[in-house]
Amino acid sequence: MKILVCISKAPDTTSKIAFSDNNTKFDENGVQFIVNPYDEWYALVRALEIKETLGGTVTTLSVGGADYEPIIRKALAIGADDAVRIDAAESDSLYVAKQIANYAKGKGFDIIFCGKETINYNGSVVPGMVAELLDLPYVALAHKIDLAGNTATIMREVPGGEEVLEVNTPFVLSAAKGMAEQRIPNMRGIMAARTKPLAVEAASAADASTTVKGYSLPPAKSGCKYITPENAGDLIRILHEEAKAL
Amino acid sequence: MSVLVYADNHQGKFPKSSLEAVSYAADIAAMLGTDAVAITTGAIQGDGGLGQAGASKVLHAAQVNASDSQQMTRVIVAAAAHVSASVVVFSHDIAGKLVAPRVAARLDAGLVPGAIAIPTSDFVVKKNVFSGKAIADIALNTANKVITVLPNSYGVKATGNTAPVEAFNADAGAAGIKVKEVKAESKDGEIPLPEAEIVVSGGRGMKGPEHWGPIEELAKILGAATACSRPVADIGWRPHHEHVGQTGVTIRPNLYFAIGISGAIQHLAGVNGSKTIVVINKDPEAPFFKAADYGIVGDAFEVLPKIIDAAKQFSASK
Ligand SMILES: Cc1cc2nc3c(=O)[nH]c(=O)nc-3n(C[C@H](O)[C@H](O)[C@H](O)COP(=O)(O)OP(=O)(O)OC[C@H]3O[C@@H](n4cnc5c(N)ncnc54)[C@H](O)[C@@H]3O)c2cc1C
Ligand SMILES: Nc1ncnc2c1ncn2[C@@H]1O[C@H](COP(=O)(O)O)[C@@H](O)[C@H]1O
Repeated sequence: MKILVCISKAPDTTSKIAFSDNNTKFDENGVQFIVNPYDEWYALVRALEIKETLGGTVTTLSVGGADYEPIIRKALAIGADDAVRIDAAESDSLYVAKQIANYAKGKGFDIIFCGKETINYNGSVVPGMVAELLDLPYVALAHKIDLAGNTATIMREVPGGEEVLEVNTPFVLSAAKGMAEQRIPNMRGIMAARTKPLAVEAASAADASTTVKGYSLPPAKSGCKYITPENAGDLIRILHEEAKAL
Repeated sequence: MSVLVYADNHQGKFPKSSLEAVSYAADIAAMLGTDAVAITTGAIQGDGGLGQAGASKVLHAAQVNASDSQQMTRVIVAAAAHVSASVVVFSHDIAGKLVAPRVAARLDAGLVPGAIAIPTSDFVVKKNVFSGKAIADIALNTANKVITVLPNSYGVKATGNTAPVEAFNADAGAAGIKVKEVKAESKDGEIPLPEAEIVVSGGRGMKGPEHWGPIEELAKILGAATACSRPVADIGWRPHHEHVGQTGVTIRPNLYFAIGISGAIQHLAGVNGSKTIVVINKDPEAPFFKAADYGIVGDAFEVLPKIIDAAKQFSASK
C-alpha cells in the first residue's frame, strides 16, 4: 500500500485564543503548535498500522510555511517514512485541497488519509475537495478500516448508527475517533526522524476562494448563578421561568 | 437563478438540521430576490415539510445512493445547473460534510463550513473557529458559493406552504462505493445527540456505569439525549457515540447538563455553543463553573434525585 497522510498543524488545545492586526490575524505569540489531533492520532497511526501488516510506504503531506517543520518531524518520529511540504500559506480550504490534489495526481497513492477536521478551522472540507479534484471515491468520518487486497471495508458514522461500506483503492478517507490509538514517539523514532527525507516543493498557482475578514470572541457568559444543593429542585423552575430553557 | 439546498432525510423523515438548512437557503434567496429549491433523495412523503420550511419546489432524485459522494455530487451539480443556482446550501451534518466539499470543488466555489448566520449582502459569512472559542467573518470571493449551516444555529420557518415535488432524473454515473450494511446504534425513540435540544451528560464523577440510572432517567423525563466526557467513553462506561468534545461530537443544544465533569478545555470545545449550561460538581473550583449559567456545588448522587422529582412534577404539569 502506498499511503499519503495529510497533516496540518493546529494550536495546542490549551492555547489562549487572541488576535492581532485589528482582529484579522490569529496571534501566534506564545502559542504551541501540535499536529492536528485527528491527523496524528487517527489518520497517521492507522496508516502506519496498515503499512505494518501489508507493507508499503507512508508519506505525509502538509501545505504550509517553514514553521510546519517541528510538527512534520513529529509525524516522522511516530513512524512515517518520508514527508513533503508544499511551501505556501494555508489561505483557504479549496486552495489547500488544490495543492494536495496537484501533488498527489499521477503518483499512484492507494489511500489518501486525512483527519475529520482541523481543530482551528473546524472545516471538514479539505479531504472531500481533494477527492473531487482527483475524481476518487470519498468516505467521510470513518472510524474503522480493514483491507483485503485492494478492497477496503470501512465503517462510518451515519445518523443514528453506522454504515459498513466497501470501496476499492484508490480512495480518500477522513478519519474520526476510533480509527486507532494514539502513539507516543519513542527515542529511536525521534532520532530516526532527524534524517528522514522532508522534501519542500513550490506551490501551484491558485486563487483564494475565501478570505477571513476578521475575528471576534463569542459573547461572554454573564456569570454562573448558584443554587444550593438543598434547593436543587428549584433548578427546574428557574430553567423554565428565567432561562426559558425548558 | 434560484438558491439550491440539499435536504438530507433519514428513511423519509427530515431532521431539524435539514429544515434549518432549507430555511437558511430561503432567507438567502429572499435577500437575492429569488426562491430556494430543495433537492433530496430516497422515499419521501409529500414534500416532507420542506415547503413549510421555505422551499418553493422540491427536486426528487429518488434513486441516488446518498452514501456515494461521487454520485451525489453529480446529481447536485446537475440540479444546480437545472435551476441556475450559483449558491448551494447544505446542513453541516454528516451528509453535508460528505458531499458539500465535493460540490464546491466541482463548481470551483468557495465554501464556508458551519455557518451560524446568513451572509451579509456582499457574502461575508460568520462561522465558529477554534472549536467554538472564536467567530470568524469569512468572505466568499468566487462566483459560485457553497455554505453549510451549523445544526441548531438557525431557526426553522413556518411559511404555511407546501412545495410541489418534481422528479429529477440526472445521470448519477458509476458507483464509487458499495453499502454492505447499515447498523442502527440508537434504540427506538432515542434522540440523536447532534439534534437534541436538551442533553444530559455525565463525567468521571459518576464513578461507574452502574450509576448512570439518574442521568438516563432525567434525560427521559426531559426528552433529552445523553452524552459523556471522553474518559467515560474510553473506559467503556458509555458508548463512544456519546463522547462530546474536541475529539468527539460537537453539540449546540438549548440546554446542557454537565454532571461530574470537570470542564477541561477539550470538553468545553464540544459543548460551549450550548445556549444554557447547568453544572453539577462537588468541587467548587471545577473549571466548568466558569462556563456555566447555573451551578450546583454538591454531590451528584444527592442532588440528582431532587432534580428528577422536580422534573417529574414539571413534566406532569405541562
Ligand atoms: C488533545 C486532547 C483531546 C481531548 N478531547 C476530549 C474530548 O473530546 N472530550 C472530553 O470530554 N475530554 C477530552 N479530553 C480529555 C480532557 O482533557 C479531560 O481529561 C476530560 O474531559 C475529563 O473528563 P471528566 O471531567 O469526566 O473527568 P475528571 O477530570 O476526572 O473530572 C471529574 C469531575 O467530577 C467531579 N466529581 C467527582 N465526584 C463527584 C460527585 N459525587 N458529584 C459531583 N461531582 C463529582 C470532580 O470534582 C471532577 O470535577 C482531551 C484531552 C486531550 C489532551
Ligand atoms: N494545510 C494542510 N496541509 C495538509 N493537510 C491539511 C491541511 N489543512 C487541512 N488538511 C487535511 O484536511 C483535514 C480537514 O481539514 P479542514 O477541512 O480544514 O477541517 C485535516 O484533518 C488534514 O488531514
